[in-house]
Amino acid sequence: MEENVLELQGVVMTFGGLMALSNLNFNVRRGMIKSIIGPNGAGKTTLFNVITGSFPPTQGTVKFKGQPIQHLKAHKIADRGISRTFQTVELFGNMTVLENVMLGCYTRIRTSFLASGFVLPRSRRKEKRIRETALKILKFIGLAHKFKDLADSLPLGEQKLLEIGRALASEPELICLDEPAAGLNETETHVASSLIRAINAKGITVLLVEHDMKVVMNISDEILVLNYGQKIAEGPPEEIRNSPRVIEAYLGGEA
Amino acid sequence: MLRIAKLPIAVFALAIMVFPWTAHRIPAIEHYPDIMVFAGIYCLITMGLSLLMGYAGQISIGHAAFFGIGAYISAILTTNYGMNPWACMVIGMAVTAVVAVLVGAPSLKLRGHYLAMATLAFGIIIFIIFNEEIEWTGGPDGMSGIPGLTLFGFEFNSVERYYYLVWGFVIAAFIFTVNVIQSGTGRALRAIHASEPAARAMGVDVSRFKILVFVYSAVLASLAGSLYAHYLNFVNPATFDLFFSIKLLIMIALGGMHNIWGAIVGTGLITFLSNEWLYYFEEFEVIVYGAILLFVTVLLPDGLAGVPGIVKGWFRK
Repeated sequence: MEENVLELQGVVMTFGGLMALSNLNFNVRRGMIKSIIGPNGAGKTTLFNVITGSFPPTQGTVKFKGQPIQHLKAHKIADRGISRTFQTVELFGNMTVLENVMLGCYTRIRTSFLASGFVLPRSRRKEKRIRETALKILKFIGLAHKFKDLADSLPLGEQKLLEIGRALASEPELICLDEPAAGLNETETHVASSLIRAINAKGITVLLVEHDMKVVMNISDEILVLNYGQKIAEGPPEEIRNSPRVIEAYLGGEA
Repeated sequence: MLRIAKLPIAVFALAIMVFPWTAHRIPAIEHYPDIMVFAGIYCLITMGLSLLMGYAGQISIGHAAFFGIGAYISAILTTNYGMNPWACMVIGMAVTAVVAVLVGAPSLKLRGHYLAMATLAFGIIIFIIFNEEIEWTGGPDGMSGIPGLTLFGFEFNSVERYYYLVWGFVIAAFIFTVNVIQSGTGRALRAIHASEPAARAMGVDVSRFKILVFVYSAVLASLAGSLYAHYLNFVNPATFDLFFSIKLLIMIALGGMHNIWGAIVGTGLITFLSNEWLYYFEEFEVIVYGAILLFVTVLLPDGLAGVPGIVKGWFRK
Protein backbone atom coordinates (compact mmCIF):
# COMPACT_ATOMS: atom_id res chain seq x y z
CA MET A 1 0.00 0.00 0.00
CA GLU A 2 1.39 3.38 -0.96
CA GLU A 3 -0.72 5.34 1.52
CA ASN A 4 1.03 7.99 3.59
CA VAL A 5 0.25 7.88 7.30
CA LEU A 6 2.17 11.06 8.02
CA GLU A 7 2.89 13.98 5.72
CA LEU A 8 4.91 17.05 6.65
CA GLN A 9 4.73 20.07 4.37
CA GLY A 10 6.93 23.13 4.80
CA VAL A 11 7.31 22.66 8.54
CA VAL A 12 9.26 25.45 10.21
CA MET A 13 10.00 25.67 13.90
CA THR A 14 11.80 28.64 15.37
CA PHE A 15 12.68 29.37 18.98
CA GLY A 16 13.35 33.10 19.10
CA GLY A 17 16.10 33.58 16.53
CA LEU A 18 17.03 29.92 16.36
CA MET A 19 15.67 27.96 13.45
CA ALA A 20 15.29 24.42 14.77
CA LEU A 21 13.47 23.08 11.70
CA SER A 22 13.50 24.84 8.36
CA ASN A 23 11.07 24.04 5.61
CA LEU A 24 10.88 20.34 6.21
CA ASN A 25 8.96 18.11 3.79
CA PHE A 26 8.68 14.37 4.05
CA ASN A 27 6.17 11.51 4.14
CA VAL A 28 5.93 8.29 6.10
CA ARG A 29 4.23 5.42 4.29
CA ARG A 30 1.96 3.10 6.21
CA GLY A 31 3.64 0.01 7.61
CA MET A 32 7.24 1.12 7.25
CA ILE A 33 10.01 1.75 9.75
CA LYS A 34 11.43 5.18 9.05
CA SER A 35 14.44 6.45 10.95
CA ILE A 36 15.53 10.01 11.49
CA ILE A 37 19.23 10.50 12.06
CA GLY A 38 21.51 13.47 12.30
CA PRO A 39 24.19 15.02 14.49
CA ASN A 40 23.31 16.35 17.96
CA GLY A 41 21.14 19.42 17.76
CA ALA A 42 19.93 18.60 14.25
CA GLY A 43 16.33 18.98 15.37
CA LYS A 44 15.27 15.34 15.72
CA THR A 45 13.57 15.63 19.09
CA THR A 46 12.06 18.98 18.09
CA LEU A 47 10.58 17.22 15.09
CA PHE A 48 9.01 14.59 17.37
CA ASN A 49 7.66 17.30 19.64
CA VAL A 50 6.05 19.02 16.66
CA ILE A 51 4.50 15.80 15.32
CA THR A 52 3.12 14.76 18.72
CA GLY A 53 1.82 18.22 19.58
CA SER A 54 4.11 19.24 22.44
CA PHE A 55 4.27 22.54 20.61
CA PRO A 56 2.72 23.68 17.32
CA PRO A 57 5.05 24.40 14.39
CA THR A 58 5.75 28.05 13.54
CA GLN A 59 4.71 27.32 9.96
CA GLY A 60 3.66 24.41 7.80
CA THR A 61 1.27 21.52 8.06
CA VAL A 62 1.48 18.10 9.63
CA LYS A 63 -1.08 15.67 8.24
CA PHE A 64 -1.99 12.39 9.88
CA LYS A 65 -4.03 10.07 7.65
CA GLY A 66 -4.74 13.06 5.44
CA GLN A 67 -6.04 15.29 8.26
CA PRO A 68 -4.08 18.33 9.43
CA ILE A 69 -3.12 17.90 13.10
CA GLN A 70 -0.54 20.63 13.67
CA HIS A 71 -3.02 22.79 15.59
CA LEU A 72 -4.13 20.00 17.93
CA LYS A 73 -3.02 19.62 21.54
CA ALA A 74 -0.85 16.65 22.48
CA HIS A 75 -3.64 14.64 24.13
CA LYS A 76 -5.87 15.04 21.06
CA ILE A 77 -3.10 13.81 18.79
CA ALA A 78 -2.66 10.80 21.09
CA ASP A 79 -6.41 10.14 20.71
CA ARG A 80 -6.04 10.20 16.93
CA GLY A 81 -3.48 7.39 17.06
CA ILE A 82 0.05 8.75 17.38
CA SER A 83 1.95 7.57 20.42
CA ARG A 84 5.48 8.25 21.54
CA THR A 85 8.32 7.49 23.91
CA PHE A 86 10.77 9.99 25.35
CA GLN A 87 14.51 10.39 24.97
CA THR A 88 14.93 10.73 28.72
CA VAL A 89 12.61 8.13 30.22
CA GLU A 90 9.33 9.69 31.33
CA LEU A 91 7.63 6.87 33.15
CA PHE A 92 5.17 7.28 35.99
CA GLY A 93 7.76 6.21 38.53
CA ASN A 94 5.37 6.20 41.50
CA MET A 95 3.12 3.70 39.73
CA THR A 96 3.59 0.00 39.11
CA VAL A 97 4.66 -1.49 35.79
CA LEU A 98 1.10 -2.69 35.19
CA GLU A 99 -0.44 0.69 36.06
CA ASN A 100 1.90 2.44 33.63
CA VAL A 101 0.63 0.27 30.78
CA MET A 102 -2.97 0.55 32.03
CA LEU A 103 -2.68 4.32 31.80
CA GLY A 104 -1.59 3.85 28.20
CA CYS A 105 -5.05 2.39 27.52
CA TYR A 106 -6.53 5.76 28.46
CA THR A 107 -6.92 6.84 24.82
CA ARG A 108 -9.19 3.88 24.05
CA ILE A 109 -11.14 3.22 27.26
CA ARG A 110 -11.98 5.91 29.78
CA THR A 111 -14.45 6.58 32.57
CA SER A 112 -15.78 9.93 33.71
CA PHE A 113 -15.05 11.39 37.14
CA LEU A 114 -18.59 10.78 38.38
CA ALA A 115 -18.86 7.28 36.92
CA SER A 116 -15.62 6.31 38.63
CA GLY A 117 -16.70 7.88 41.94
CA PHE A 118 -19.98 5.96 42.01
CA VAL A 119 -18.35 2.76 40.63
CA LEU A 120 -21.02 2.04 38.08
CA PRO A 121 -20.91 -1.60 36.94
CA ARG A 122 -19.91 -0.28 33.53
CA SER A 123 -16.77 1.33 34.92
CA ARG A 124 -15.90 -1.86 36.76
CA ARG A 125 -16.11 -3.84 33.50
CA LYS A 126 -13.99 -1.24 31.73
CA GLU A 127 -11.35 -1.46 34.44
CA LYS A 128 -11.23 -5.24 34.01
CA ARG A 129 -10.82 -4.92 30.24
CA ILE A 130 -8.01 -2.36 30.70
CA ARG A 131 -6.22 -4.72 33.06
CA GLU A 132 -6.45 -7.64 30.63
CA THR A 133 -5.18 -5.55 27.71
CA ALA A 134 -2.29 -4.25 29.82
CA LEU A 135 -1.28 -7.75 30.92
CA LYS A 136 -1.28 -8.90 27.30
CA ILE A 137 1.03 -6.06 26.36
CA LEU A 138 3.34 -6.81 29.28
CA LYS A 139 3.63 -10.36 27.98
CA PHE A 140 4.40 -9.03 24.51
CA ILE A 141 7.24 -6.81 25.76
CA GLY A 142 8.47 -9.49 28.15
CA LEU A 143 7.83 -7.71 31.45
CA ALA A 144 4.82 -9.69 32.67
CA HIS A 145 6.76 -11.14 35.62
CA LYS A 146 7.48 -7.63 36.95
CA PHE A 147 3.93 -6.28 36.76
CA LYS A 148 3.81 -5.45 40.47
CA ASP A 149 7.14 -3.60 40.65
CA LEU A 150 7.34 0.17 40.76
CA ALA A 151 8.42 1.57 37.41
CA ASP A 152 11.26 3.47 39.11
CA SER A 153 12.79 0.25 40.40
CA LEU A 154 13.41 -1.23 36.92
CA PRO A 155 16.85 -1.09 35.25
CA LEU A 156 17.11 1.39 32.37
CA GLY A 157 16.78 -1.27 29.68
CA GLU A 158 13.45 -2.45 31.06
CA GLN A 159 12.26 1.12 31.63
CA LYS A 160 12.79 1.77 27.93
CA LEU A 161 10.80 -1.35 27.05
CA LEU A 162 8.05 -0.34 29.46
CA GLU A 163 7.79 3.07 27.79
CA ILE A 164 7.29 1.31 24.47
CA GLY A 165 4.68 -0.95 26.08
CA ARG A 166 2.82 2.03 27.49
CA ALA A 167 2.82 3.65 24.05
CA LEU A 168 1.52 0.42 22.50
CA ALA A 169 -1.36 0.29 24.97
CA SER A 170 -2.87 3.34 23.29
CA GLU A 171 -3.25 1.22 20.13
CA PRO A 172 -1.44 3.70 17.90
CA GLU A 173 -1.21 3.59 14.13
CA LEU A 174 2.05 5.50 14.29
CA ILE A 175 4.56 5.11 17.10
CA CYS A 176 7.39 7.62 17.54
CA LEU A 177 10.36 6.16 19.40
CA ASP A 178 12.91 8.69 20.64
CA GLU A 179 16.26 6.91 21.05
CA PRO A 180 14.94 3.59 22.36
CA ALA A 181 18.47 2.12 22.45
CA ALA A 182 20.27 5.05 24.12
CA GLY A 183 22.18 3.93 27.20
CA LEU A 184 21.49 0.24 26.60
CA ASN A 185 24.11 -2.52 26.46
CA GLU A 186 24.43 -4.84 23.50
CA THR A 187 21.98 -7.49 24.69
CA GLU A 188 19.37 -4.90 25.68
CA THR A 189 19.81 -3.16 22.33
CA HIS A 190 19.21 -6.45 20.59
CA VAL A 191 16.01 -6.98 22.61
CA ALA A 192 14.84 -3.45 21.81
CA SER A 193 15.41 -3.77 18.07
CA SER A 194 13.63 -7.11 17.82
CA LEU A 195 10.75 -5.56 19.75
CA ILE A 196 10.58 -2.70 17.24
CA ARG A 197 10.47 -5.25 14.41
CA ALA A 198 7.69 -7.15 16.20
CA ILE A 199 5.69 -3.96 16.64
CA ASN A 200 6.11 -3.18 12.97
CA ALA A 201 5.01 -6.70 12.09
CA LYS A 202 1.70 -5.93 13.86
CA GLY A 203 1.10 -3.30 11.20
CA ILE A 204 2.11 -0.28 13.27
CA THR A 205 4.13 2.35 11.43
CA VAL A 206 7.33 3.24 13.27
CA LEU A 207 9.13 6.57 13.27
CA LEU A 208 12.48 6.17 14.96
CA VAL A 209 15.12 8.59 16.20
CA GLU A 210 18.28 6.68 17.05
CA HIS A 211 22.01 7.24 17.32
CA ASP A 212 22.98 3.57 17.21
CA MET A 213 23.76 3.18 13.50
CA LYS A 214 23.79 -0.59 13.65
CA VAL A 215 20.17 -0.55 14.84
CA VAL A 216 19.16 2.09 12.30
CA MET A 217 20.80 0.41 9.31
CA ASN A 218 19.44 -3.01 10.28
CA ILE A 219 15.80 -2.28 10.83
CA SER A 220 14.92 0.82 8.80
CA ASP A 221 13.07 0.73 5.50
CA GLU A 222 13.93 4.36 4.92
CA ILE A 223 16.17 6.93 6.56
CA LEU A 224 15.86 10.70 6.74
CA VAL A 225 18.97 12.69 7.58
CA LEU A 226 18.67 16.04 9.31
CA ASN A 227 21.36 18.64 9.83
CA TYR A 228 20.74 22.06 11.36
CA GLY A 229 17.02 21.50 10.96
CA GLN A 230 17.24 20.78 7.25
CA LYS A 231 16.71 17.58 5.34
CA ILE A 232 19.99 16.67 3.68
CA ALA A 233 19.16 13.18 2.51
CA GLU A 234 16.32 10.68 2.38
CA GLY A 235 16.26 7.13 1.12
CA PRO A 236 16.88 3.45 1.82
CA PRO A 237 19.80 2.57 4.16
CA GLU A 238 22.31 1.57 1.44
CA GLU A 239 21.85 4.87 -0.32
CA ILE A 240 22.26 6.90 2.90
CA ARG A 241 25.38 4.98 3.92
CA ASN A 242 27.13 6.10 0.75
CA SER A 243 25.79 9.62 0.44
CA PRO A 244 28.64 12.17 0.41
CA ARG A 245 26.46 14.86 2.02
CA VAL A 246 25.69 12.60 4.96
CA ILE A 247 29.34 11.69 5.45
CA GLU A 248 30.18 15.38 5.34
CA ALA A 249 27.56 16.25 7.97
CA TYR A 250 28.79 13.55 10.29
CA LEU A 251 32.54 13.90 9.81
CA GLY A 252 32.67 17.62 9.05
CA GLY A 253 34.81 19.39 6.45
CA GLU A 254 34.52 18.97 2.70
CA ALA A 255 33.93 15.55 1.38
CA MET B 1 -2.23 -2.08 41.78
CA LEU B 2 -3.37 0.71 43.96
CA ARG B 3 -6.02 -0.94 46.07
CA ILE B 4 -7.46 0.59 49.18
CA ALA B 5 -8.62 -2.20 51.51
CA LYS B 6 -12.35 -2.28 52.28
CA LEU B 7 -12.13 -3.79 55.76
CA PRO B 8 -10.51 -0.77 57.47
CA ILE B 9 -13.20 1.47 55.93
CA ALA B 10 -15.93 -0.72 57.41
CA VAL B 11 -14.20 -0.82 60.80
CA PHE B 12 -13.75 2.93 60.71
CA ALA B 13 -17.41 3.53 59.82
CA LEU B 14 -18.47 1.26 62.68
CA ALA B 15 -16.16 3.06 65.14
CA ILE B 16 -17.62 6.39 64.05
CA MET B 17 -21.14 5.01 64.63
CA VAL B 18 -20.53 3.78 68.18
CA PHE B 19 -18.27 6.64 69.29
CA PRO B 20 -20.92 9.06 70.67
CA TRP B 21 -22.54 6.18 72.51
CA THR B 22 -19.20 5.29 74.17
CA ALA B 23 -18.14 8.87 74.81
CA HIS B 24 -21.43 9.49 76.53
CA ARG B 25 -20.56 6.96 79.21
CA ILE B 26 -17.06 8.25 80.01
CA PRO B 27 -17.13 11.65 81.76
CA ALA B 28 -13.58 12.65 80.72
CA ILE B 29 -14.44 12.49 77.02
CA GLU B 30 -18.10 13.35 77.25
CA HIS B 31 -17.65 16.46 75.11
CA TYR B 32 -15.57 14.73 72.43
CA PRO B 33 -18.48 14.23 70.00
CA ASP B 34 -18.64 18.03 69.72
CA ILE B 35 -14.97 18.17 68.70
CA MET B 36 -15.59 15.25 66.35
CA VAL B 37 -18.22 17.35 64.53
CA PHE B 38 -15.50 19.87 63.73
CA ALA B 39 -13.06 17.11 62.86
CA GLY B 40 -15.64 15.71 60.41
CA ILE B 41 -16.21 19.11 58.83
CA TYR B 42 -12.46 19.58 58.36
CA CYS B 43 -12.12 16.02 57.04
CA LEU B 44 -14.41 16.93 54.15
CA ILE B 45 -11.94 19.66 53.16
CA THR B 46 -8.75 17.68 53.67
CA MET B 47 -9.97 14.66 51.70
CA GLY B 48 -10.39 16.85 48.65
CA LEU B 49 -7.04 18.49 49.33
CA SER B 50 -5.40 15.10 49.64
CA LEU B 51 -6.71 14.15 46.20
CA LEU B 52 -5.57 17.50 44.81
CA MET B 53 -2.14 17.65 46.44
CA GLY B 54 -1.14 14.11 47.29
CA TYR B 55 -2.47 12.38 44.19
CA ALA B 56 -2.56 15.04 41.47
CA GLY B 57 0.39 16.99 42.90
CA GLN B 58 -1.16 20.48 42.79
CA ILE B 59 -0.69 22.83 45.75
CA SER B 60 -3.44 25.01 47.17
CA ILE B 61 -3.06 27.47 50.05
CA GLY B 62 -6.47 28.95 49.44
CA HIS B 63 -8.96 26.34 50.51
CA ALA B 64 -10.06 28.32 53.56
CA ALA B 65 -11.65 30.65 51.00
CA PHE B 66 -13.84 27.90 49.49
CA PHE B 67 -14.76 26.81 53.02
CA GLY B 68 -15.72 30.44 53.73
CA ILE B 69 -17.69 30.89 50.52
CA GLY B 70 -19.85 27.88 51.40
CA ALA B 71 -20.35 29.10 54.96
CA TYR B 72 -21.21 32.68 53.98
CA ILE B 73 -23.56 31.71 51.16
CA SER B 74 -25.47 29.48 53.56
CA ALA B 75 -25.41 32.18 56.24
CA ILE B 76 -26.52 35.04 54.01
CA LEU B 77 -29.21 33.22 52.04
CA THR B 78 -30.81 31.59 55.09
CA THR B 79 -30.74 34.55 57.50
CA ASN B 80 -31.38 37.46 55.10
CA TYR B 81 -33.59 35.73 52.55
CA GLY B 82 -35.09 32.90 54.58
CA MET B 83 -34.21 30.32 51.97
CA ASN B 84 -34.16 26.57 52.58
CA PRO B 85 -30.77 25.62 54.12
CA TRP B 86 -30.40 22.51 51.93
CA ALA B 87 -31.00 24.55 48.80
CA CYS B 88 -28.45 27.10 50.04
CA MET B 89 -25.96 24.30 50.58
CA VAL B 90 -26.36 23.23 46.95
CA ILE B 91 -26.22 26.83 45.71
CA GLY B 92 -23.06 27.33 47.76
CA MET B 93 -21.48 24.28 46.16
CA ALA B 94 -22.50 25.43 42.66
CA VAL B 95 -21.15 28.96 43.19
CA THR B 96 -17.93 27.54 44.63
CA ALA B 97 -17.57 25.28 41.60
CA VAL B 98 -17.84 28.29 39.28
CA VAL B 99 -15.34 30.28 41.37
CA ALA B 100 -12.98 27.28 41.41
CA VAL B 101 -13.11 27.04 37.61
CA LEU B 102 -12.41 30.77 37.26
CA VAL B 103 -9.53 30.65 39.74
CA GLY B 104 -8.26 27.24 38.69
CA ALA B 105 -8.21 27.65 34.91
CA PRO B 106 -5.47 30.29 34.89
CA SER B 107 -3.62 29.27 38.07
CA LEU B 108 -3.36 25.56 37.39
CA LYS B 109 -1.19 26.42 34.38
CA LEU B 110 1.36 27.47 36.99
CA ARG B 111 3.50 24.99 38.83
CA GLY B 112 4.92 24.50 42.31
CA HIS B 113 5.60 27.72 44.15
CA TYR B 114 3.75 29.84 41.61
CA LEU B 115 0.55 27.86 41.98
CA ALA B 116 0.95 28.13 45.76
CA MET B 117 1.29 31.92 45.47
CA ALA B 118 -1.74 32.25 43.19
CA THR B 119 -4.00 30.26 45.52
CA LEU B 120 -2.57 32.13 48.51
CA ALA B 121 -3.46 35.44 46.89
CA PHE B 122 -6.96 34.17 46.14
CA GLY B 123 -7.41 33.17 49.78
CA ILE B 124 -6.34 36.61 50.98
CA ILE B 125 -8.67 38.40 48.55
CA ILE B 126 -11.68 36.36 49.70
CA PHE B 127 -10.72 36.96 53.34
CA ILE B 128 -10.65 40.73 52.69
CA ILE B 129 -14.08 40.54 51.02
CA PHE B 130 -15.54 38.75 54.08
CA ASN B 131 -14.14 41.53 56.27
CA GLU B 132 -15.04 44.54 54.14
CA GLU B 133 -18.42 43.75 52.58
CA ILE B 134 -20.10 44.66 55.85
CA GLU B 135 -23.60 44.99 54.34
CA TRP B 136 -23.49 41.38 53.18
CA THR B 137 -21.23 39.63 55.63
CA GLY B 138 -21.49 41.71 58.77
CA GLY B 139 -17.76 42.49 58.49
CA PRO B 140 -15.35 41.40 61.23
CA ASP B 141 -18.24 40.92 63.70
CA GLY B 142 -19.65 38.17 61.53
CA MET B 143 -23.23 36.97 61.29
CA SER B 144 -25.34 35.29 63.90
CA GLY B 145 -28.79 33.75 63.98
CA ILE B 146 -28.11 31.23 61.24
CA PRO B 147 -30.83 28.57 61.51
CA GLY B 148 -30.06 24.92 62.24
CA LEU B 149 -30.80 22.07 59.83
CA THR B 150 -34.01 20.08 59.66
CA LEU B 151 -34.96 17.29 57.32
CA PHE B 152 -38.63 16.29 56.92
CA GLY B 153 -39.37 17.65 60.37
CA PHE B 154 -36.36 15.95 61.94
CA GLU B 155 -34.21 18.59 63.63
CA PHE B 156 -30.45 18.20 63.81
CA ASN B 157 -30.53 20.15 67.03
CA SER B 158 -28.25 18.13 69.30
CA VAL B 159 -24.52 17.50 69.08
CA GLU B 160 -25.16 13.81 68.56
CA ARG B 161 -27.64 14.29 65.74
CA TYR B 162 -25.33 16.73 63.99
CA TYR B 163 -22.42 14.36 64.55
CA TYR B 164 -24.19 11.63 62.57
CA LEU B 165 -25.16 14.06 59.82
CA VAL B 166 -21.60 15.34 59.36
CA TRP B 167 -19.96 11.94 59.55
CA GLY B 168 -22.55 10.55 57.15
CA PHE B 169 -21.33 13.13 54.63
CA VAL B 170 -17.70 12.36 55.46
CA ILE B 171 -18.09 8.63 54.92
CA ALA B 172 -20.01 9.13 51.67
CA ALA B 173 -17.35 11.54 50.39
CA PHE B 174 -14.60 9.20 51.58
CA ILE B 175 -16.03 6.25 49.66
CA PHE B 176 -16.54 8.38 46.55
CA THR B 177 -12.96 9.67 46.76
CA VAL B 178 -11.55 6.18 47.29
CA ASN B 179 -13.45 4.97 44.22
CA VAL B 180 -12.04 7.81 42.14
CA ILE B 181 -8.50 7.05 43.32
CA GLN B 182 -8.84 3.38 42.37
CA SER B 183 -10.26 4.13 38.93
CA GLY B 184 -8.76 5.24 35.66
CA THR B 185 -9.35 8.82 36.77
CA GLY B 186 -7.15 8.31 39.83
CA ARG B 187 -4.52 6.72 37.63
CA ALA B 188 -4.60 9.74 35.34
CA LEU B 189 -4.22 12.07 38.32
CA ARG B 190 -1.20 10.21 39.63
CA ALA B 191 0.25 10.18 36.12
CA ILE B 192 -0.05 13.98 35.98
CA HIS B 193 1.80 14.14 39.29
CA ALA B 194 4.64 12.00 37.93
CA SER B 195 5.08 13.46 34.44
CA GLU B 196 2.82 15.92 32.67
CA PRO B 197 4.42 15.47 29.21
CA ALA B 198 4.05 11.70 29.42
CA ALA B 199 0.45 11.96 30.65
CA ARG B 200 -0.35 14.23 27.70
CA ALA B 201 1.35 11.88 25.25
CA MET B 202 -0.94 9.11 26.56
CA GLY B 203 -4.04 11.16 25.78
CA VAL B 204 -4.72 12.62 29.22
CA ASP B 205 -6.16 16.12 29.04
CA VAL B 206 -3.94 17.47 31.82
CA SER B 207 -5.53 20.91 32.28
CA ARG B 208 -9.04 19.46 32.35
CA PHE B 209 -8.13 16.95 35.04
CA LYS B 210 -6.36 19.55 37.15
CA ILE B 211 -9.41 21.81 37.04
CA LEU B 212 -11.75 18.88 37.70
CA VAL B 213 -9.96 17.80 40.86
CA PHE B 214 -9.54 21.41 41.99
CA VAL B 215 -13.28 21.94 41.60
CA TYR B 216 -14.06 18.71 43.42
CA SER B 217 -11.91 19.70 46.39
CA ALA B 218 -13.41 23.21 46.40
CA VAL B 219 -16.98 21.85 46.35
CA LEU B 220 -16.24 19.56 49.30
CA ALA B 221 -14.80 22.57 51.17
CA SER B 222 -17.94 24.54 50.40
CA LEU B 223 -20.15 21.72 51.72
CA ALA B 224 -18.01 21.72 54.87
CA GLY B 225 -18.53 25.49 55.15
CA SER B 226 -22.32 25.18 54.99
CA LEU B 227 -22.30 22.42 57.62
CA TYR B 228 -20.07 24.60 59.79
CA ALA B 229 -22.39 27.62 59.54
CA HIS B 230 -25.50 25.64 60.43
CA TYR B 231 -23.77 23.93 63.35
CA LEU B 232 -22.37 27.03 65.04
CA ASN B 233 -25.27 29.27 63.91
CA PHE B 234 -22.58 31.93 63.61
CA VAL B 235 -19.78 32.79 61.17
CA ASN B 236 -17.05 35.41 61.20
CA PRO B 237 -14.12 36.01 58.85
CA ALA B 238 -11.42 34.96 61.34
CA THR B 239 -12.35 31.29 60.78
CA PHE B 240 -11.42 31.54 57.11
CA ASP B 241 -8.06 33.29 57.33
CA LEU B 242 -4.75 32.30 55.81
CA PHE B 243 -3.73 30.44 58.94
CA PHE B 244 -6.66 28.07 58.50
CA SER B 245 -5.49 27.23 54.97
CA ILE B 246 -2.07 26.47 56.39
CA LYS B 247 -3.59 24.42 59.18
CA LEU B 248 -5.30 22.30 56.52
CA LEU B 249 -1.91 21.67 54.94
CA ILE B 250 -0.45 20.70 58.32
CA MET B 251 -3.32 18.24 58.72
CA ILE B 252 -2.63 16.42 55.48
CA ALA B 253 1.15 16.67 55.90
CA LEU B 254 0.92 15.09 59.36
CA GLY B 255 -1.41 12.35 58.17
CA GLY B 256 0.44 11.81 54.91
CA MET B 257 -0.86 13.28 51.69
CA HIS B 258 -0.09 10.34 49.44
CA ASN B 259 -2.68 8.31 51.25
CA ILE B 260 -6.34 9.20 51.63
CA TRP B 261 -6.34 7.78 55.17
CA GLY B 262 -3.71 10.37 56.02
CA ALA B 263 -6.26 13.13 55.57
CA ILE B 264 -8.59 11.53 58.13
CA VAL B 265 -5.88 10.73 60.70
CA GLY B 266 -4.10 14.08 60.39
CA THR B 267 -7.32 16.07 60.55
CA GLY B 268 -8.53 14.19 63.61
CA LEU B 269 -5.25 14.71 65.44
CA ILE B 270 -4.86 18.40 64.63
CA THR B 271 -8.50 19.15 65.47
CA PHE B 272 -8.16 17.54 68.88
CA LEU B 273 -4.80 19.25 69.42
CA SER B 274 -6.15 22.70 68.70
CA ASN B 275 -9.51 22.32 70.46
CA GLU B 276 -8.48 20.29 73.45
CA TRP B 277 -4.93 19.21 74.06
CA LEU B 278 -3.11 22.45 73.23
CA TYR B 279 -5.44 24.48 75.39
CA TYR B 280 -2.64 25.31 77.85
CA PHE B 281 -0.28 26.59 75.19
CA GLU B 282 -2.60 29.47 74.31
CA GLU B 283 -0.90 31.63 71.67
CA PHE B 284 2.18 29.41 71.67
CA GLU B 285 0.00 26.85 69.87
CA VAL B 286 1.54 28.00 66.59
CA ILE B 287 4.98 26.89 67.75
CA VAL B 288 3.64 23.38 68.30
CA TYR B 289 2.25 23.31 64.74
CA GLY B 290 5.61 24.48 63.43
CA ALA B 291 7.35 21.73 65.35
CA ILE B 292 4.91 19.12 64.01
CA LEU B 293 5.42 20.28 60.43
CA LEU B 294 9.20 20.27 60.85
CA PHE B 295 9.18 16.83 62.44
CA VAL B 296 6.96 15.35 59.73
CA THR B 297 8.79 16.81 56.74
CA VAL B 298 12.19 15.75 58.03
CA LEU B 299 11.44 12.37 59.56
CA LEU B 300 8.14 11.17 58.11
CA PRO B 301 7.84 12.38 54.53
CA ASP B 302 4.85 10.08 54.05
CA GLY B 303 3.23 11.27 57.28
CA LEU B 304 1.61 9.00 59.84
CA ALA B 305 0.06 6.96 57.03
CA GLY B 306 3.62 6.01 56.04
CA VAL B 307 4.41 4.56 59.49
CA PRO B 308 2.93 1.06 58.85
CA GLY B 309 5.16 0.80 55.75
CA ILE B 310 8.25 1.78 57.78
CA VAL B 311 7.42 -0.76 60.49
CA LYS B 312 6.87 -3.48 57.86
CA GLY B 313 10.29 -2.58 56.45
CA TRP B 314 11.92 -3.26 59.83
CA PHE B 315 10.39 -6.71 60.03
CA ARG B 316 11.43 -7.59 56.51
CA LYS B 317 15.04 -6.97 57.50
